[in-house]
Amino acid sequence: MDLQNVPQEGNKTLGGYRKAVYARDAGGHIVVAASNGWEVEEIVTSQAVEEMRSLAETARQNAINGLSSTLEYWMYARRMDLLLLAQSTGIWRWRIRRHFRPEIFARLSPGMLKRYAEALGLAVQQLQRLP
Amino acid sequence: MTFPHHRHAAHCESGVVSNLVCHHGVPITEAMAFGLSAALSFAYLPFIKLSGLPLIAYRQPPRSIIRGLGKVLEAEFRFETFRNPAAGQARLDELLAQGHVVGLQTSVYWLPYFPEDMRFHFNAHNLLVYGKEGNDYLISDPVGEQTVRCDAASLSRARFAKGVLAPRGLLYTMQKPGVSTITPRVARKAILKTCRTMLAPLPIIGVRGIKMLANRVVRLDPAAHRSSLFVGHIIRMQEEIGTGGAGFRFLYAAFLQEVASLSGMEMLSGFSDRLMLIGDGWRAFALATARMVKGRDALNPVTLADLLRDLSRQEEVFFRDLKTALN
Repeated sequence: MDLQNVPQEGNKTLGGYRKAVYARDAGGHIVVAASNGWEVEEIVTSQAVEEMRSLAETARQNAINGLSSTLEYWMYARRMDLLLLAQSTGIWRWRIRRHFRPEIFARLSPGMLKRYAEALGLAVQQLQRLP
Repeated sequence: MTFPHHRHAAHCESGVVSNLVCHHGVPITEAMAFGLSAALSFAYLPFIKLSGLPLIAYRQPPRSIIRGLGKVLEAEFRFETFRNPAAGQARLDELLAQGHVVGLQTSVYWLPYFPEDMRFHFNAHNLLVYGKEGNDYLISDPVGEQTVRCDAASLSRARFAKGVLAPRGLLYTMQKPGVSTITPRVARKAILKTCRTMLAPLPIIGVRGIKMLANRVVRLDPAAHRSSLFVGHIIRMQEEIGTGGAGFRFLYAAFLQEVASLSGMEMLSGFSDRLMLIGDGWRAFALATARMVKGRDALNPVTLADLLRDLSRQEEVFFRDLKTALN
């Protein structure tokens, strides 16, 4: 990649950051250049962000319709999946899956709720509600 | 309070370690740190999942740059992990009070200064802490052009995040700066190590790993939503996760060019040019994939797999030649 080909396409996902890339200047030296983004990166990052957003949105609808607990929504809202939530809380996956059932989630002990809330970076009251 | 050795870098670990070594009086570039630690690699690890997708790495595992550079420079780093966040923070404060600049491994997700769309649960990020003011830590994060601040609670959460590659509060300091001149001998050794990795007789590593990934890609169902996520994920690992472009190939080319200025290593300058061209091939692969992800072209696993196979072949020839030239 030559210096004049370093993409400056204003990638939204960088949030104003510029990233360092390596490119060749006119004299053939490879130097660090600041890039404000390449559309390719924007496409793949947006894809990943969009995927997590859609998982959270589905979970939110399920919670509204009483099909799932708010815990499932918050797991996706925090960009986690079942495996990561299990690792973060030390609670087995099958147990978490059970806690996705609203009637069971409603009866969880304060201690259990606190474990979830801490792993998700929330207050317990937030965990029990949708935003 | 400022940190004069903050330099913008492509990759967090090579950036952090080169800035830290500079702080201790040994001027070294990011590319040199990356190359000397033999950090370039490729690994396709289908049994380690990140959000349900396989780990695809274009470099050696976390910490190997720090350890590798320490060995080459005969410098000494000290690593510490902690059982609980309170102890981890107390030790960080203690080291800062003694005037140390401290390296940390953290999660990206819990760092509030990161752009919202870049905050994923990725646990092997590196940054330097050079001071504390009130409740804020002063941070030199080499992926940014400027130094930043982070409140104590967020930093602690980022240091003690759980999951794959959990940092367990890891902090490191440099105990002893090593040698300050880089000899052709150590550079040669490091390059041969990278050749060995890239040509390793293991199916998931190096040029064979690239081929195996191609074989996985070719089996993707073009109609499935999951397939698009899978190929998008490859490009994120290659371009998005701080690689300096083309999955570290440009960064390594910069290293080869720098080494070419040492006596007896002039032939590396041609290799640097060749690797830049291979890097352009990786960028073309990224572009083709992104167009499919976006729906501008139909998802075609065969085309993508062919591009990967071609890159694997090119790298195989490249590292063979490089090895021969140095022996």
